[in-house]
Amino acid sequence: VRVRVDEAKCQGHARCFALVPELFAVDDYGRSSVIGDGSVPAALEERTRLAIANCPEFAVEEIPD
Amino acid sequence: VGLTRTAAVADWTSDFDVLDPGYVLDPFGIWDELRTRFPIAHSDRRGSTWLPTRYEDVTAIAHDVEHFSSLQVAVIPFDGTPPSDPVLPYGLPPISSDPPLHTWTRRLLLPWFSHARVGSYEAMTRALCRRLLATFADAGAADAAGHYAQQIPVRVVAHILGVDDALADTFTGWVRDVLEFADDPERRARGVRGLVGYFLAEIARRRIDPGEDLLSMLLHAEVDGAPVEESLVLGTAALVLIAGVDTTWSAIGSSLWHLATHDEDRRRLVAEPGIMAFAVEELLRAYSPVTMARVVTADLEFGGCPMKAGDKVLMNFPAANRDPAVFERPDTVVLDRAVNRHVAFGSGIHRCAGSNLARMELRVALEEWLAAIPEFRLDPAAQVTWAGGQVRGPRELPVVFPVPGARATGTAR
Repeated sequence: VRVRVDEAKCQGHARCFALVPELFAVDDYGRSSVIGDGSVPAALEERTRLAIANCPEFAVEEIPD
Repeated sequence: VGLTRTAAVADWTSDFDVLDPGYVLDPFGIWDELRTRFPIAHSDRRGSTWLPTRYEDVTAIAHDVEHFSSLQVAVIPFDGTPPSDPVLPYGLPPISSDPPLHTWTRRLLLPWFSHARVGSYEAMTRALCRRLLATFADAGAADAAGHYAQQIPVRVVAHILGVDDALADTFTGWVRDVLEFADDPERRARGVRGLVGYFLAEIARRRIDPGEDLLSMLLHAEVDGAPVEESLVLGTAALVLIAGVDTTWSAIGSSLWHLATHDEDRRRLVAEPGIMAFAVEELLRAYSPVTMARVVTADLEFGGCPMKAGDKVLMNFPAANRDPAVFERPDTVVLDRAVNRHVAFGSGIHRCAGSNLARMELRVALEEWLAAIPEFRLDPAAQVTWAGGQVRGPRELPVVFPVPGARATGTAR
């Protein structure tokens, strides 16, 4: 599974970062991004699903294979 | 609440009043009814105003900044005064502005409320909470709103702005005058006068002797090679205080009210501190304190409603967060609710700039309260009072609790 943060949608709620700090980073302006290429280790998959489901801007998305 | 309140509401779909005492106390049933029957209600009581209650509508309006401007964000309009104030010609940017002014003024503020920066405020917040708790933990009774919740955010924000936290109660008074008593022209004018006079003096002082604080940074910032206009600095500084005080205080107070009235939830949160991060989001969802307004920029039809240029729309984030189309069992607090796409901090470009700070303050305030006073309940001999309108939360929250080390006396469990 791979995910990304849509920069145009992200408004800096930081819900993804709070749920999976191993996978998401936030900058000084609150914008989130994925660390690396967004590949989700199996151990983080469940929490990453929550990050997708909790983003108020629908900015965290799974990248289709 | 205030003085000049209006007649009883007969029909909430066409004549709602957000200052109706029953609505302030318990708006949830009214929202449920409106959401089903008339999802965008209307009222002419304080100028032509629309009240959406569905998550889908509220978030759509929040994202349509072209048709729904932030030039007027006050839920209680100030006697129709247009935003042509000579002292605050831009209002309180970025909250009361649209792009492009919104974009760069917000960019100045955001780093002061970043995740990393907020982390650096946590130790002082925790120490503050402990100091406050020490003043009443042995008393067996306290006003959890006035003695605790109200005292926390104002001091954290004073620290960030670099202003004297000995004036905390004065700041709180001004903020309440502006937000909570906005329909009382005298109180509102007193609050504005107080805030403007205070910050103008602080600005003058920092021009000579700048510090490491947010106010000094705003004064000495350059945007496109030019300093920021003083009226913008003034408005932004006032915004940080106004937006940072009532709101978080209300979230802390409502959360403590919930825990005082729901024994199972309170005991679960004490027993399972690992769910605190989820509990904070859930309490923010269920008791979202803040409603903002927008002003319609041009006649349009939205959701079947004929909106006219100049109409107000109340961004009912608290009702959106109780929408059963988005949240299972929306009226039940589920402390470890895993899927919780709430919009307590708004959505779109005006997402609360202080959301990281508010979350930290709420979490630390609850952790420290529960560590010191794990068992507490409403004082059966006293009254809880609530404020509403722009910001909903308890203003007096009398609770009783057992005193550590003392024998149980029967006054509290």
